[in-house]
Amino acid sequence: MHPHAPKTPLPPSPGAKPFYLKDLDFGVLAQCIHCGLCLPTCPTYDATKLEKHSPRGRIQLMRNVAEGRLDLTEAFGDEMYFCLGCLACETACPAGVDYTRMFEEARADIERAGILNTEKRNWIRSIMLRGVFTRPWLLRLIGRMLRIYQASGMEWLVKKLGLLRLLPKNLRELEPLTPRVERDFSDALIAEVETPKDAARKRVGMLTGCVQDLTYSSVNRDTVDVLLANGCEVITPRMQHCCGSLHGHNGEVDTARDMARRNIDAMERSAGSLDDLDAIITNAGGCGSHLKHYDHLLHDDPRYAARARKWTAKVKDVHEFLSAIGTVKPTGVGTEQVVTYHESCHLCHGQKITKQPRELLKLIPGLKLVELPESSWCCGSAGVYNITQPEMSAKLLDRKMANIAKTGAKCVANGNPGCSVQLEAGVRTAGSDVEIVHPITLLARAYRGGQGGEK
Amino acid sequence: MPNLTADLTALLEPARVLHSREDLLAYGYDGTAALSGVPAVVVMVKTVEEVAAIVKYAAANRVPVVGRGSGTGLSGGSVPSMGCIILCTAQMDKVIELDEKNLTVLVESGCITQKVSDLADSVGLLYPPDPGSMKISTIGGNVAENSGGLRGLKYGITRDYVMGMEVVLADGTVVWLGNKCVKDVAGYSMKDIFIGSEGTLGIITKVLLKLVPKPAAKKTMLATFARMDCASDTVSAIIAAKIIPCTLEFLDKITIKCVEDFAKIGLPLDAEAILLMETDGHPAAVEDQAAQMVEIAKRCGATSVQVAQTAEESVRLASARRSAFSALARVSPTTILEDATVPRSELSKMIRYIQDVGARHNLRIGTFGHMGDGNLHPTFLTDEKNAAEMTRVELAMQEIFDFAISLGGTITGEHGVGLAKKPFLRRALGNASLDLMKLLKKSLDPLGILNPGKIFD
Repeated sequence: MHPHAPKTPLPPSPGAKPFYLKDLDFGVLAQCIHCGLCLPTCPTYDATKLEKHSPRGRIQLMRNVAEGRLDLTEAFGDEMYFCLGCLACETACPAGVDYTRMFEEARADIERAGILNTEKRNWIRSIMLRGVFTRPWLLRLIGRMLRIYQASGMEWLVKKLGLLRLLPKNLRELEPLTPRVERDFSDALIAEVETPKDAARKRVGMLTGCVQDLTYSSVNRDTVDVLLANGCEVITPRMQHCCGSLHGHNGEVDTARDMARRNIDAMERSAGSLDDLDAIITNAGGCGSHLKHYDHLLHDDPRYAARARKWTAKVKDVHEFLSAIGTVKPTGVGTEQVVTYHESCHLCHGQKITKQPRELLKLIPGLKLVELPESSWCCGSAGVYNITQPEMSAKLLDRKMANIAKTGAKCVANGNPGCSVQLEAGVRTAGSDVEIVHPITLLARAYRGGQGGEK
Repeated sequence: MPNLTADLTALLEPARVLHSREDLLAYGYDGTAALSGVPAVVVMVKTVEEVAAIVKYAAANRVPVVGRGSGTGLSGGSVPSMGCIILCTAQMDKVIELDEKNLTVLVESGCITQKVSDLADSVGLLYPPDPGSMKISTIGGNVAENSGGLRGLKYGITRDYVMGMEVVLADGTVVWLGNKCVKDVAGYSMKDIFIGSEGTLGIITKVLLKLVPKPAAKKTMLATFARMDCASDTVSAIIAAKIIPCTLEFLDKITIKCVEDFAKIGLPLDAEAILLMETDGHPAAVEDQAAQMVEIAKRCGATSVQVAQTAEESVRLASARRSAFSALARVSPTTILEDATVPRSELSKMIRYIQDVGARHNLRIGTFGHMGDGNLHPTFLTDEKNAAEMTRVELAMQEIFDFAISLGGTITGEHGVGLAKKPFLRRALGNASLDLMKLLKKSLDPLGILNPGKIFD
């Protein structure tokens, strides 16, 4: 059974609302025996030492909601959004509690009940979650505009003239988090079908993501290059949709389901059928974790349930896939470099992929991998957490940057765009020269003989 | 009825007086199955002065005070009683002094056990008590429950490492008991009364702990058995050979499966029992003892004995063992952990009896535990919503306790009485002994405000 498959399948419900805490099987909630072994791994508990900010405390609250002893209160809602969703608790839990499922359903309940609704929050959610992230063309249009702003010197001028002061305080504080947008997006960099020089040993689908596509499209190009170098034919559907993880994690279950359907459709259109693919590759840890849940997300959709199961079985993180098929070792001497590895939460906790990225990095000639203290402790990015909970997020970023400094490495490898945006903001704030890079980019550079890597 | 929240807010900063329904529900339980309550208010204390002020207030207003560390107890010791103040020490967690000359460390009671262990390790010392929850349990909780762990057989338990403590008494008086002297017979050993008192006699605020030199070498072995008897025979034979290893832990078949599902370290899933054996000390002695232990295990019928090759492998095996209780929760909705303990010579009998009880009452029982010190953890894998089965669990529990007592054993080796074992205490202790305890309680806490209803009524 797939590790992310639901432990007790939900009974099929005809409506589109299978996700309610109260409908959850008793076994899922009772799985937690409140032993407390999750507490030391939870960043919000660690920072506050308050039980309600711990996984065990949150589960207890969810259980009380499910059993009717606690109403869906605003305080409950706030608590569920104070959780990073980093899933470190799932890794720590010997009892195998499915925290992801409880927590997503709790947030779905909160959104349906509207207990946190304010005019501003509704506006932002409706523009971002339902507006921008459901429309790939709009997202890319915004990306283009941002790129023009950043590349034309306009940004420089705005900062020089201190015009940022005109922004409201909360927006101004977010400005350092604005990612650098790439000149070209994935569709321009990657052909729909690319074939390796020699006969292909595998045929894979490639997911380019949304944020990844705007801000790290070169990582997508690198991923395809690495796949080609490892004998894979790569199919990349055009103008891809967001995977829906943002929606799934933020209580917008119906939109998440819709995104899942569109991604399945798009991949089938480009690849012929999912059966014709050996794997569907993602290089973004956060997306990957969610993409592997499509089976559960669409389990009661008669048109998609079977296809979603197939999808889930095929989705592989790029590190996971390369390790499984045996990665071609780059030749040559390589440049001496000290690299440390930061673990994206949803890669290590969500997908339990910890060894593979390190193994890949160690294949690179000249690369010395030093372990990052607390490598699997969340950096505070956590989807949109750095926007919704800037204070806690900043604390976690400081902790991460301090740990990075301890390693002495000038290069931090990590496999998730959310983390990269966050860590780059940390680097900019600290004025340091540390490079944040995807492990696959380092591998691609090595294949190119250490020449590559320019954007 | 006093306005608790308002009154307490005058005693410490408002942010540390928790009273929302969400906060209160999150302090309604500890690590014990099927026990819960709702406190009236929760206070997060940071200093002994605050603790004293709160206890004084509680005494004046006859409000019960329940002490709580990280809430990992396994007998319901920190489960709130009606209308109580939960006094939580989680934010009072500093290390005050590491004294390498006297081999002691002084900590606040909310200090995490693992932190003490790591600190000792960093200067070549060892803090031996290692309860299963040491990554998050607090020293104050360990002392109040007199926690054991995996190394009890050679190194003893928490009591053996407490040299002194600061305690807030039931009237708010602060006392210091004990000191850094190895020998001290000035009057009664009062600190010993508070060790294992489960928060019913006072609130522990600081603890002075003894450390020992870290053993130079350690060897970890894993013996696999096709029959449970062979594992207990091995333990008896090792002790009879005058070897005291630091750890002799066993897991039965169902526990092996659950632990392997979680830890994925390659435990033998077809074995009836495994024995995790560890010996430490001088390298030459360790070599010698390890060789003897391997030989004894094989003679007693071990199908294989595997020796851990690296320190990491030893740590992985020990941490996997520590997860046993929580891992057993994979099987069924309710996991009820017991703590029956018998003299080591009676182990085989006790284990066979537990198996019989399970069969007779048609219950699933996973058993693991500290075989080297006779401390077993028969764990009922059940469902609290199944009333008929829960009745059978109660019966089975009673029988297991009775049998343990008949073998010269006890109803709890390391988890404490709390709420969970309360009904069995009189039978275990006898009237005179229980009355003596009650006399002590009455003289130290005449108003009965400290953790009322725990251990006995």
